[in-house]
Amino acid sequence: MTSFHINGRLVIVDAEDDAPLLWVIRDAIGLTGTKFGCGIGMCGACTVHVGGRPTRSCVTPLVSVAGAEITTIEGLEGKHPLQTAWADHQVPQCGYCQSGQIMQAASLIRDFPAPTDEDIDAVMAGNLCRCMAYVRIRNAIKQAAAQARKVAADE
Amino acid sequence: MSKLKGQPTLSRRAFLIGSAGTAIAFGFAGTEATADESSPFEPTIWYSIDRSGIVTINITRAEMGQHVGTALARILADELEVDWSNVRILAVDTDPKWGVMITGGSRSVSDGFPLYSRVGAAGRIALIEAGAKLLGASPSNCLARQGAVFAANQSISYGEIIRRGGPARKFTPDELAELPIKEASERRLVGKKADALDIPAKINGTARYGIDASAPDMVYARPKIPPTRNDSVVRSVDDSAAKRIKGYLTSLVLEDPSNTVPGWVVVCATSYPAAIRAADLVKVDWTTGSATEVSEQDILDYGAKQIAASSGGALVVDDPGVDSAFQAARSVLERTYTTGSVLHAQLEPVNALAFEKDGRFEIHTGSQWQSLILPVLAKALQLPQERIIMRTYPMGGGFGRRLDSDYAVPAALAAKAIGKPVKLVLTRPDDMRFDTFRSPSIQTLRLAFDARGKVTAMEHHASAGWPSAIVAPAIMHKTRDGTPYDQDAIDGADHWYSVGAQRVRALSNTLANTSFRPGYLRSVGPGWTNWAVETFMDEAARMAQVDPVIFRVGLLDGAGRNAGGAPNAIGGAKRQAAVLKRAAEKAGWGAVMPKDTGLGVATTFGQDRAMPTWVACVARVHVDRPTGAVTVEKLTIVVDAGTIVHPDGALAQVEGGALWGLSIALHEGTEFVKGQVKDTNFDSYTPLRIGDVPAIDIEIIDSTEAPVGLGEPGTTVVAPAIGNAVFAATGIRLRRLPIRPADVLAALRAR
Repeated sequence: MTSFHINGRLVIVDAEDDAPLLWVIRDAIGLTGTKFGCGIGMCGACTVHVGGRPTRSCVTPLVSVAGAEITTIEGLEGKHPLQTAWADHQVPQCGYCQSGQIMQAASLIRDFPAPTDEDIDAVMAGNLCRCMAYVRIRNAIKQAAAQARKVAADE
Repeated sequence: MSKLKGQPTLSRRAFLIGSAGTAIAFGFAGTEATADESSPFEPTIWYSIDRSGIVTINITRAEMGQHVGTALARILADELEVDWSNVRILAVDTDPKWGVMITGGSRSVSDGFPLYSRVGAAGRIALIEAGAKLLGASPSNCLARQGAVFAANQSISYGEIIRRGGPARKFTPDELAELPIKEASERRLVGKKADALDIPAKINGTARYGIDASAPDMVYARPKIPPTRNDSVVRSVDDSAAKRIKGYLTSLVLEDPSNTVPGWVVVCATSYPAAIRAADLVKVDWTTGSATEVSEQDILDYGAKQIAASSGGALVVDDPGVDSAFQAARSVLERTYTTGSVLHAQLEPVNALAFEKDGRFEIHTGSQWQSLILPVLAKALQLPQERIIMRTYPMGGGFGRRLDSDYAVPAALAAKAIGKPVKLVLTRPDDMRFDTFRSPSIQTLRLAFDARGKVTAMEHHASAGWPSAIVAPAIMHKTRDGTPYDQDAIDGADHWYSVGAQRVRALSNTLANTSFRPGYLRSVGPGWTNWAVETFMDEAARMAQVDPVIFRVGLLDGAGRNAGGAPNAIGGAKRQAAVLKRAAEKAGWGAVMPKDTGLGVATTFGQDRAMPTWVACVARVHVDRPTGAVTVEKLTIVVDAGTIVHPDGALAQVEGGALWGLSIALHEGTEFVKGQVKDTNFDSYTPLRIGDVPAIDIEIIDSTEAPVGLGEPGTTVVAPAIGNAVFAATGIRLRRLPIRPADVLAALRAR
């Protein structure tokens, strides 16, 4: 039995300690927004936040998240500035990588409130977009970061 | 792994609720969605309008990132004269009434435009007639706008017309075909900005792809991929080690009457991680096919022999006078070009959920060509086709991989064998090893110049694996003498340049066809034929000592068969010349470049002569001499695709397609080694990432000509533009794709 919080909800999972977190989230908990792409942490489609940090859930053993706070794409509730920017820029094509892109970008704009192109290249390098919607991903990140800065300044 | 809560079921109700608010639904809805609302207006099978005026448009083309439902719905809604906010789209499941279900060849909008326009117009005409009657007006004095019929100073909404009985009018196919389509100046949705209807669900995690499908009591499965795609036979299976994996159920040796997956063993478990681990531990002993003796170079060598032989193949273009022109030539240019194997690597690995329910087999999966796989599934399951239904899902990338829905077969066979729903998912290495990858190709081109330097004849001989020869021989075209050929594997060689007497010979690389399963990969043949044609044109221009843009424009004279014509190619080669000149102008063609930096140009007609999308690209490239690394600094692309239905979607397709072209040129490519591809995951197979994206300037020409395709053309033009830019920067000529630093270094040293 492993317990953790996911999107604010406590869950207790009866699965092997070394079961990849990805499949626990998708198949046991039923949150399918997090995707399977490579199984070796090379494509970023499975990115979730563990303790606020972007984590490749396909290579994360279940036992390692005992007691952790996990956030998935569903946990952003469609309200994150990145999600608004993703819609404004019509970023997704097939959309399969986009949950991972958004989760990775969410930590990017928290760590780098005014990200340069180099920051974006460095932090987003691990997230493959096979449709190659990269131009729009970059533009949407910049818009969301600007929006987040504006909100922070207003507060 | 145990379940925390019940799996989401496949109930129609639940699915519709899950999709509400996004204005898009995938499958399962059908008529039941409106069953409690009496008799919606359904002038054709393609859409209905309910009592509140909501229009639901049926989409038979598969969604894989091109926002196809949005584009097709806007064509229909424009003619129907409805408010866009009242439009819903429904991605339908298979049913014979839809006709052929295929999504490929960049054809959806081009082929769909006349149909969706006319059925929309038919509804408008019927609603105006019915509305006029209710308003006591003459139909000729009424007009329809925004989902209502207006007569002088009164109006009635479509919803109210339907509530009051609705139009009774039906249209026969002949009547439909006669309906006029709007003038371009009257369009209110086509060509205007709109958000894609599929996007909201792709941002908040609610989009459900095939890999997200589930059924009660399903088991998870992962295959053991045999050593060769063809002719593998299972000798024995040893699952003793797998038995220690908690949740392991069984290993099924598939009996496949359709011979789609020879030698497959499917490992079943109660969770997918258990299936992955168990499959790693199951030992299978196979008798393999002959492909274990075949590697990439063998396939190219085989093709070279085919090209060297004077007979064989299909003469796709065969003008009189080719041989005499070459005999009379003052000079001849002959060059050979090769391209390597390319993987689809769509991000969602192929998968399918299959189960029997209510006397029917249900297949839940993303597919680009349901009509092709349904008869195969029928043969595999030994069921009549009517008893198989494919449920539609959006795809996590198509790129042609899912034109061949071969992965549906083992899921269905496993479900039949085990008597339970089976969710088969391939891991990334399974997916890559099972890929219907792009065949290696070899091509030899020859050009004859007369004494005045005029081009008088051209030959193009191309050998590659033929996807259609394997999966769809019935769709292959025939030459005038009746020789069948896979048009998808030679399109592009029959270009729009006026080169005098022309010969194009397509050769089916039998060694490729038997050693693996050559597939359709975004643009298929034009991905390699244009590498050859456009590199060759550059070499010919240099030989003729003419600027490469001027040389090409001179040959794009629109003479003879290159004049083009209705429906899709009005203007012909002149339109190709126009995009070429525009791209050159925008890119500053002719400007002096910094050291080791160059501009290269290429132009293509996208997919095929019957539906040309005119494209030109100028690549600005820097070559790092110490390492041989090629960096693309900028791509300038101009496209003429006729009428643009969904401008932002069109732009997205060109952006993504162009970067695909760049990725194939510099970042991708695998190698066939003894029956298997060398690369099986993203550690060694390395598509373009965000930091590799150059500056991109795309212009789409404003046009009212017939709409043509945009999914693939962007991919066809970039690689040769990069190769030509490398020549401009350094003077080295690269004739093999992909371009590798080692090849650049070797060529630099050889100079």
